[in-house]
Amino acid sequence: MNLMAMFRRQRSAPVARERLQVLLAHERMAGGHSELLNLLREEIVEVIKKHIKVDSDKVNIKLERGGDVSTLEIDVEMPATLPLVRARDTAAAA
Amino acid sequence: MAKVLVVTSGKGGVGKTTSTAALGAALAQAGENVVVVDFDVGLRNLDLVMGAERRVVYDMINVIQGDARLPQALIRDKRIDNLSLLPASQTRDKDALTDEGVAKIIEQLREKFDWIICDSPAGIEKGAMMAMRYADIAIVVTNPEVSSVRDSDRIIGMLDSKTLKAERDERMEKHLLLTRYDAGRAARGEMLKTEDVLEILSIPLLGIVPESVDVLNASNVGSPITLNNPGSGAAKAYFDAARRLRGEQFEVVVPTERVGIMGRLFGRRAVA
Repeated sequence: MNLMAMFRRQRSAPVARERLQVLLAHERMAGGHSELLNLLREEIVEVIKKHIKVDSDKVNIKLERGGDVSTLEIDVEMPATLPLVRARDTAAAA
Repeated sequence: MAKVLVVTSGKGGVGKTTSTAALGAALAQAGENVVVVDFDVGLRNLDLVMGAERRVVYDMINVIQGDARLPQALIRDKRIDNLSLLPASQTRDKDALTDEGVAKIIEQLREKFDWIICDSPAGIEKGAMMAMRYADIAIVVTNPEVSSVRDSDRIIGMLDSKTLKAERDERMEKHLLLTRYDAGRAARGEMLKTEDVLEILSIPLLGIVPESVDVLNASNVGSPITLNNPGSGAAKAYFDAARRLRGEQFEVVVPTERVGIMGRLFGRRAVA
């Protein structure tokens, strides 16, 4: 820690301002993302379940909100030997 | 014609009750007929800040449930004749605050007073919804701090959708009251500036109340700051805000820092 570092210290107010602007831009849309996020998670997991037996607890969902673009990351843990839902099982179940 | 004001914020502890008391007193000191109404059922505090805690007999829920008439529940201020308080209930649960009951009380208050100032509880539950429901004007109390600004944004969204005005497609007048502002820290980039908060929330500014020891002193003794210490910077901000509410138009002055020699020596700052 030297004198130069002290002068170059990042001031926190501009950071607060930037974080708020990004956050509120998202929250103002459709009253927040939580509903949409839940819906997406459920439907995507349903689609995967058609083909693979997945444990719902082993699905990780991450959301990263950016200024212009957000990313939704869906992480499904699959065992080494894929417990496939075979076409015959689904046909029999139907 | 009577005006119904709601003092709201979403977040707790930003100064809603202090501001309700100060604005109510300031308007009354200007000769207006004012009633301040506590909507925080279960956790009332406006009575304490107004110094009327020992005079509460009936409350708003008693009136709603027909146990008392409105004039019996109103407490007239001992210092200013034209200032009254309608306390919240300390014991009942907030479901007792019915839409019809509140509508009826507001209607009756409109006949008696020029200004009805509703002190909203924190949060977005029923009490907060009822406090804003019949308002003509909203005062959004915000601290220059991220969580307060975010909650204010949420409350502004509700003012524009959940109030009677909004449902009737009428414009809900909204004003920002920035409290606990420290001009020095804002200048040093340690605190959001007034312009930052205004740009983010985009509602007009009613006033900037400086962070000040005088505010705590006033609540300690149960007296609105405009009565307890009219010369203080915080009281001036409230007097100015009251003048703006009455229709006067003049620029909002950012309270500046005044650092005395002792302040310089000991690193303490007073706000002018």
